[in-house]
This record gives sequence, structure tokens and C-alpha cells, in this order.
Amino acid sequence: MQLLHEPSPQMIKDEKVYREMGVSDKEFQMIEDILGRLPNYTELGLFSVMWSEHCSYKNSKVLLKKFPVTGDKVLQGPGEGAGIIDIGDEQAVVFKIESHNHPSAIEPYEGAATGVGGIIRDVFSMGARPVALLNSLRFGELKNPRVKYIFEGVVSGIAGYGNCIGIPTVGGEVQFDPCYEGNPLVNAMCVGLIDHKDIQKGQAKGVGNPVIYVGASTGRDGIHGATFASEELSEESESKRPAVQVGDPFMEKLLVEACLEATKHPKLVGIQDMGAAGLTSSSAEMASKAGSGIEMNLDAVPQREKAMTPYEMMLSESQERMLLVVEKGSEQEFISLFEKWGLMAKVVGQVTDDHRLKLIHQGDTVADVPVDALAEEAPVYHQPSKEPAYFQEFQSQADYRPEVADYAGTLKDLLRQPTIASKEWVYEQYDYMVRTNTVVAPGSDAAVLRIRDTKKALAMTTDCNSRYIYLDPYEGGKLAVAEAARNLVCSGAEPLGVTDCLNYGSPEKPEIFWQLEKSTDGLSEACEALATPVIGGNVSLYNETAKGAVYPTPVIGMVGLIHELDHITKQSFRQAGDIIYLLGEAKPEFSGSELQKMTEGRIFGPSPVIDLETEKQRQQDVLKAIQSGSVQSAHDLSEGGFLVALAEKAFGTPFGAEVTIPDADVLSAFFSESPSRYILTVKKENKAAFEALIPEAQAIGTVTDAAEIRVTDKQGAALINERVQPLEDAWRGAISCYLKSKD
Amino acid sequence: MKFAVIVFPGSNCDLDMYHAVKDELGEEAAYVWHDETSLEGFDAVLLPGGFSYGDYLRSGAIARFSPIMKAVEKAAAEGKPVLGVCNGFQVLLEAGLLPGAMRRNAKLTFICKQTELEIKNKSTMFTTGYADEETITIPVAHGDGNYYCDEATLKTLKDNNQIVFTYKDDINGSVANIAGITNENGNVLGMMPHPERAVDDLLGSADGLKLFQSIVKYWREQHAITS
Repeated sequence: MQLLHEPSPQMIKDEKVYREMGVSDKEFQMIEDILGRLPNYTELGLFSVMWSEHCSYKNSKVLLKKFPVTGDKVLQGPGEGAGIIDIGDEQAVVFKIESHNHPSAIEPYEGAATGVGGIIRDVFSMGARPVALLNSLRFGELKNPRVKYIFEGVVSGIAGYGNCIGIPTVGGEVQFDPCYEGNPLVNAMCVGLIDHKDIQKGQAKGVGNPVIYVGASTGRDGIHGATFASEELSEESESKRPAVQVGDPFMEKLLVEACLEATKHPKLVGIQDMGAAGLTSSSAEMASKAGSGIEMNLDAVPQREKAMTPYEMMLSESQERMLLVVEKGSEQEFISLFEKWGLMAKVVGQVTDDHRLKLIHQGDTVADVPVDALAEEAPVYHQPSKEPAYFQEFQSQADYRPEVADYAGTLKDLLRQPTIASKEWVYEQYDYMVRTNTVVAPGSDAAVLRIRDTKKALAMTTDCNSRYIYLDPYEGGKLAVAEAARNLVCSGAEPLGVTDCLNYGSPEKPEIFWQLEKSTDGLSEACEALATPVIGGNVSLYNETAKGAVYPTPVIGMVGLIHELDHITKQSFRQAGDIIYLLGEAKPEFSGSELQKMTEGRIFGPSPVIDLETEKQRQQDVLKAIQSGSVQSAHDLSEGGFLVALAEKAFGTPFGAEVTIPDADVLSAFFSESPSRYILTVKKENKAAFEALIPEAQAIGTVTDAAEIRVTDKQGAALINERVQPLEDAWRGAISCYLKSKD
Repeated sequence: MKFAVIVFPGSNCDLDMYHAVKDELGEEAAYVWHDETSLEGFDAVLLPGGFSYGDYLRSGAIARFSPIMKAVEKAAAEGKPVLGVCNGFQVLLEAGLLPGAMRRNAKLTFICKQTELEIKNKSTMFTTGYADEETITIPVAHGDGNYYCDEATLKTLKDNNQIVFTYKDDINGSVANIAGITNENGNVLGMMPHPERAVDDLLGSADGLKLFQSIVKYWREQHAITS
């Protein structure tokens, strides 16, 4: 059967209609060969979404293979809804990060909200209870009114969805740079907890078993969302607003509770969410993974609108929908379970043994394609790679060294930079406490949640300083992983594993592919060295506008285990009289630093280089010191360098600090962002014990009752003498100040 | 003592209420689903926070029609302690068990943070445990917490000592900085701050625990008299 307004198979070929769906001439030929005939419009739609970069990773697969994905504790690596790592006591942590960049660029509220909704479904479809959300966000400079609109919309979209569904949004990061203007990055991460026995897989096993559709009905929203995500943003993107879905967090709250009940039902065979490419990906992937097929009757699919075509139903990305396979005969038990929650559940098909996805609509077979061809056999490309001209130029540049006459003034200016300034304006809009497990709230190096009924806690963070990755993708990639791990260690956690969200420009440009190639090399090496395997993630390419690509931004989501609640450590000063220690050496390197960006308005030069052996050693030392009970507070040095970190340790406390800088090179000591460095504070009585554990750490001063930051050089000359309050006001108020200002 | 935790579709602080009562207070608690009709056997009723029915139409506007609300009204009329927190407060307002209404926060954004509260009435069945405190720290997490009532109602609230908690700083635009009020009888308390999130120092504050302890103390005294 062919619907009147849809082009015929011959027309599709002759008029190259497939190109509009992002299918190349060569790919169309492959489809024809697979089917042994021309595809009809619906079938072409199935291939086009499943073979989009978003679903098939066709351009990135060759690079993703490099990641270390195994480890003693890895229970589920990449390939399912989310990865799983063992945390002992028959429990495991489940987590994944995913992008929703393009939808957020054109419809910030719903784009961000549905990004959150999607990642939550990935986690509970594994059978896990979602316990925390994080968000890694990138925007243009806050001076542009459109950027302010997108920023405010994204934050309220995340708040609107996360708060309503009742999962705390506990952390993440927000950064600003002109390269993200017009193409913001919105990466949402969800962390869940599961008992080993409840782990589910998205598999359609058992011939004759019914396939059940659950949740919201299918509408015409989000059609071709995955394809839209796999092309560059242009002026026409605005007209693709219908490709952005609309979220209903209330529906999803019911869906979480009902599905978690269903995953405990012994007759559940498989469950998967309908995310990108909706009904198509969920059915094809579940069948492909199980080595089976699925036959679906599309007339049974709950429809929100009249006269929907098979093409529209299969490509819709309407939110809050799940696909279940259950044991034959148990249909009614599941339907009743969902009805109790006020949710619709309908049998829409059954598992077959012919390895095909067969769709029936009004009595006709409207599609009949091999599931493996859709799910597994998408073409894989190794794009040409070329070192960009800028890289050679940066590498050959002499060391950049800014002139700083007024240290205190520079500190205050740095604290006001939106990337460094307090993100209170953002996170106070998020309910970060619901479910009452949040021990360390947003604002510290990592968020910490206790695990109820145990002595353990989870630490989590997202990190990526894309400036360094732009300057040098290989070194920058290593730096990103190391910083994430360092943040977890500062909170008292042993880093467990990584989920990554690779945000880049178009892989079809050799210079961009080179960035992807080099940075994934760096990421892999650091993950290997720090024993944090990659257990899943997401690739978002084509993050470009007419003005160019975003910086290569591989966001690292990392989760760590705190073995005892007593080990939980925060970044803030705790007590006057505590000794302040500095661990790690500041090198005279300012390329890519906040100071360079602030002074020059741009970044250039070679990125700092990290020694992963040193990084690993210090992480182990700091963790050991924390676990021994001798550390009062810990903070890693990152954007802005030492002075910013020292000031941050005083913020939100009644304390100050008195410090002597041992280095002759004061500028580097204050503002260099050399990696693998920490500020730690230690009670006087623990001095000897601490120094025995970390002999390398230098005692540089003490925490004071006076709320002042006083820094002298080793000759005793005053370098900084500032009250904490004005510094804190500048830091705390900066973001809302930028939003209010009219320039 | 046995507490009922009412669960509407979209409630999301039900678990926190339950654990506060069970783990920290050490009393009995049970969830009661919105379509039940009786609260027989319960000594106190807790309406938790969240987004009942997605807060569609208006916060609490749909939940007030749930079958269980008749039983809540009955418990309130019988003088049993009824505590509505956040969305629970909104439901009590919509149900007419408390006077006034809730608007969007003055700044139109959701606010989540620790908040200092002044205790205006220490003699209610919910606050006797706070004899020594002037201010306490309890977190808020709401988008619609801007309490409104007209002049006449405000006067009544003041005259009857129905204002129990006020915010030390104006955080959301509420009339007279009101954070929590009781009915005239003093047995129904609605408050926007979340005492159930402040029952453990590990999570930042334990100042909410005394509120629950006050309820238990009141109940024990009543129980001693009647039995």
C-alpha cells in the first residue's frame, strides 16, 4: 500500500528524495541491495533515522572502539540504555549522559526539559531507580540577548522537568564562550541505583511473546529528531521547531514508578525506552540484540492525532513512551499494573523468529526490513583527518605571559568571569534535595549523595575544559578526565567510571575529525591510566553554525564511591587554626587560562601538559589522606588558578586565610592553571600524620577567624590583603548581574 | 503513633516524609493512595510535597478532588494533626481547609535553598518543641510559594495566632513573609518549607525534627487524658 501524498519507491529513487532525509546516494544503494528492491517511503524513513549519526555513530564508531570499556566492577558496558558498575553489597550504580543540543538551540525550555526526560528513561529502563541528575551546559557570552534567552530557557526547562519528576538535580557545570553562541550544549546526566538482581536488558526474546507499548500516545512531534540532530544548524533550523518534542514530566513520574514496578515482575522479558527514533529504534534494537524479529500492528499504536501515517508513527519522538516485551499470557497483568498508575498499555505486536521488523497498517504490510540492517549494519565511515593550521601555529607560539600589576583587582575580575562566578542563580532553581540524600549540594567540587541504609555514598561530577581541548585535543582530553577524577577524589571518593558526551562540529570536515581523533586518544589514555572505564555515553556531532564549529567538548561524567560517610569532604574551610597545604607545582603556563581569556579576549598557544603518573599518584595520596581522617577540606585547582581556589574555600564560611607563597614566580603561583594540584586543610594535631602520608604537600599558611585573605611572598611583603565579603559578593552576584545588564 | 502519608499521582516528597517519621522520629508511617477513602486507624495525616497531577491547572487544584480528601477533611474536623508541606499546603488551600491562596514566586523562578524561619507561635501542637528557638533553618523548594490573603484574612490570622512561621527574609513575595499557617482550630498546619528535609545534620539541618516531635508529644498528652 502506498499513501497518496507519499512518493512512490521509484520516485524516491528518481528524484533522490532520500537526500532530504540525510541519506547519501551510496547509502541508498546499500539499502536497495539489502532489501533486494527499492524501499518505500516508510522503509526509507526507518533506515534514515537508524543510520543517522545520532543512532548509528557511523562517523565516530571507529574512534569509540579505543575507549577502555572493561573492568572488574563493570557489570554493563556501552550498548544498553546505560552502563552499570558494581558498588558492593549486591548494589550497583547506573549512569549515562546524553546531549540535547540542537533542540535546545531553537526551543530552549522544551529542548532542555526533554533532554532530561530522555536520560532518565535510559536509566530506569535498566531497572534502576534514578537518584540524581547533573547537567553540563555551554552557552555563548552572556552579553548577547539571544544567549541570555537560551540560557534562562534551558535552566528553567531543566528545573521544570527535574523538579516535577522529583529527582534531585545535584550538580554539573556551566561555561560560556563565544564559540557556543547559536549552538549551545545541553548535556544531561542521570545516575541511578539498582540491586544486581533487578538488572534489565532491552531484548525482545521468545517467539510469540507480546510487545507492549506503554505511556503517552504517539503524536507528530519530534519527527526526524535524530536526523535533525545529525546536521549543522542553519537559518532554516528554526523551521524545524516541530522536530523538538514537548515534555510531560508528570507522565514520566508515573512512568518511572510503574516501570520500576514492572521490572520487578518475573514475567518481564525486556524493556527499552523510545528515545531518538522512537518506535523504530526501540523495536529494531530490542529484536536485533535478541537475535529475533518483531511484527507490529500500527493500528494498535495509541495515536494522539488523526490519520497518522506509518512513517509518522515510526519516526515520531513523542516523549514518555516505553516498549516492553513480556511472557505470553501475562499481558493482562502488565496492562493492569500500568492502569493502576493511570497509564495506557497496549499490545502492539509480537516477537518473531525471522529477524525482520514487519509493520502492518490497515491490513497491509507497510514495511518489512531486516532488523540487523537497521540496528547493527549501518555504514561505518573513517572520515579523512587533517591537522588544522591553527594547531601548528599554537604549538609554535612562545609562552604567553600576561602583565598583572594589581593582583587583588585581577582576582576580583576573575571571580566575576561567568565561567568562574558562582552558579547559584542556576542551581537554586533546581530542587537538589528531594529524596533527602544530598549530602554535598551543588557548588562544591563534586556532588555527594548518601546511599540509604548503608554507610556508603556516591560522588558525581561533570567536567570538561574545552579551551584546552581546542588548543590541543590530545592533552586537553587527558586534562578533562583527570580533572573529573580529581574532583571526585576531593570529595573523598574512589573514581569508578566514566560516561562521556562527545560534542563536536561536523565530522565530515577533516580538521574537526582530527580534533575527534586526537581528543579521544587523550581521553582513552587518561581513562586507562586512572582506571576509570567508559561505560557508555553519547556522540553529538554537527554542532556548528554559519560562524563555525564549537570547541571540541567531550564532557566527562564521572561517578565515584565513598566507602564511609565519614570520608565525605567538602571544599570549604572548616575551622580557624587549620593548616593550609598546597599540593603540586604551578608552572608558568597561561595559554588557555581564564586569565588569558580575560586579558586577551581569546585563547591561543600550547595547552598545559599533564603527567598522568603524577596525577594518579597524587589522587591516591589525597584519597588515602582523606580516608585516614586527617583532611578537613579539599579543593582542586582549576579555572583561575590558586587565588581563585583559595577565595572559594573561604566563601560561605566565616573564615579567612593567611598564606605565604613560597614561589619566586608569583604570577604563576597565583593564576597558572597547571594540573594535578590541590589545596587541603588539616587540623594542627594531624600535621604529622598528614605529612607522613603526603610529604610532597607544602604547608603555606593557616585558616583564620578574620574573614580576610592575606597573602605575602617569602620575604614577607604583602601581595594580597582583602576582606572576603566584597570578593564573595562579586563572585556570587556576577551571573544575575550579567543577566540584568542591558548591554 | 501512626502517621498517614497521602500519595497523589505526582507527589514526590512522600518518601522523604515516610523516612522522616520512620527512621528519624521512630514512629509508624504508611502510604495512603489518593483513591482510598478512609484514614481510620491513623493518628495524624501528612500531605507531602511534589507536583500532584503535574500541578496542571493550578498547584493542588486537581488533587483536592481526590477521594482521599474527604477523609482528610474528616480527620481535620476531628481535631487530628494534619500537616501539609509545600504541595500539601497548596492542596489544603485549594480544599479550603486553610485560608488564602498561592501565587508564583515573585521572581517567577523556582527557589531551592536553606531558609531561616522565625517561629511566630510556639504553642501549637506542631511547635511546642521549639520553646528555646527564635529562628530555625529549614529548606524551601518551590515555584508557587508566594502566599496571598486579603487584609481582613491577614488580620484574622494575626488575631488568632494562626501565623506559625515567617521567612526571616522575603524570598518569594509572600504577604507578611508568611511561610506557614494553621486553621483556626490549630490542628491543620500548612507550610512551604520542608521540615521532612531537615531531620538529619548530615543533610544540612535537623531543625525540622522538633516539629514532628511536637506532634508526637501532643498526641501522647491527648492519649494519656482520654485513655
